Amino acid sequence: MRITQGAFSFLPDLTDEQITKQVQYCIDNGWAVNLEYTDDPHPRNTYWDMWGHPMFDIEDAAGVMYELAECRKLYGDNRYIRLSAFDSTQGWESVKLSFIVNRPKGEEDGFWLQRTEGAGRKIRYTTHPYATRKPQGARYS
Amino acid sequence: MSDRPAASDTETPDAETAEERPKAIDLREEYESSGVDEVLRELDESLVGLAPVKRRIRETAALLLVERARKRMGLAHETPTLHMSFTGNPGTGKTTVAMRMADLLYRLGYVRRGHLVTVTRDDLVGQYIGHTAPKTKEVLKKAMGGVLFIDEAYYLYRPENERDYGQEAIEILLQVMENQRDDLVVILAGYSDRMEKFFESNPGFRSRIAHHIDFPDYTDDELIRIAELTLGEQNYTLSAEAREAMVEYIHHRRAQPHFANARSIRNALDRARLRQANRLFETAEGPLSAEELSKIDASDIRASRVFKIAEDEADPDREKDQQTPK
Repeated sequence: MRITQGAFSFLPDLTDEQITKQVQYCIDNGWAVNLEYTDDPHPRNTYWDMWGHPMFDIEDAAGVMYELAECRKLYGDNRYIRLSAFDSTQGWESVKLSFIVNRPKGEEDGFWLQRTEGAGRKIRYTTHPYATRKPQGARYS
Repeated sequence: MSDRPAASDTETPDAETAEERPKAIDLREEYESSGVDEVLRELDESLVGLAPVKRRIRETAALLLVERARKRMGLAHETPTLHMSFTGNPGTGKTTVAMRMADLLYRLGYVRRGHLVTVTRDDLVGQYIGHTAPKTKEVLKKAMGGVLFIDEAYYLYRPENERDYGQEAIEILLQVMENQRDDLVVILAGYSDRMEKFFESNPGFRSRIAHHIDFPDYTDDELIRIAELTLGEQNYTLSAEAREAMVEYIHHRRAQPHFANARSIRNALDRARLRQANRLFETAEGPLSAEELSKIDASDIRASRVFKIAEDEADPDREKDQQTPK
């Protein structure tokens, strides 16, 4: 099951050229671009691991694309990588744009639904990514 | 990401040029429309002397213009190597020219943003193991889309210390200079003789740098013109005697140690302004006119230590001043 998180996630994956244009748009707006990666695709998993620091003081998208290439070299095969742009004009950093730029090469195997019966025929629902049945780092391979 | 769609919905530059590849290109028109003309004219007007440098830049601009035209006709695909080295004594305008170069490359479309990032060894080389690579990469990322100007580049390489981290910075630099020629242009700068040695011990750099530009020292006449231009920008004027004193000053200053061409002149003028302010403050009676406020006198310049040292040298009997001028 294809993960749909962040902007553009219902579109086909963006090409590098399209990513570059999005990044340049962010930079032109004065937003700091940040890369994060994870292999836990649960929608409530909001805090992904950071790839370096958010990139402040960068003038051109090539700098971000360089880091993205470095990140893909290490994690491209079995992690999701997402790119977020932070706006600091209000005095705090707030996300203005966030989208997935890399999906694991292995099958995106989706979620299973767990029903737990409670008192009085009450049912609680929980979703689990199939991927998380394996330990971190060993998923999607 | 294997199931990417064919990039039919995006405008790739190749598709664009293939569609409207021009039959002929008017170089003159290209020249005027690109704004290169303006940069070169500005270079000519605002920089005194430096004739060989200006000629080289003109040649480089012509080459890049032709290369761009060739690219549009579909004759060339590779970006030409644009990395440069500027060699010359201190104060000969290397940084200023680098700034103009960034502007020029931007107008010709060889760099996307046209900003200049000036760094020295300290900005590239770390202090402990594992510190250098991220530091160098950080600087490179900042410079991408523009020009990276490495001042006194030979300090990167310290042959006397085998474990110097400079080597690591050099390796990363070389790699990026080779692989990301579209993204950034590197300009190395420094004194001629030491740069020569640096290139000898780092042949990788020499082969990756296409343009070596040598900055000559300024002549005395040029320095006077620089002095007048600098003062003019700040709304000061030299009196006739002060100009004479300045000519003498330049003559003496050149013979003394740590002479840094235009930079020495700028510093001398800053001190002359200081003395002028002091003189006005101490001697003025009643209101001062704008002319008096902006006139630099011979006495403001002759008070300089440079004259005293020159005198001492001419007349060795007198006790020597131990201080060297700045």
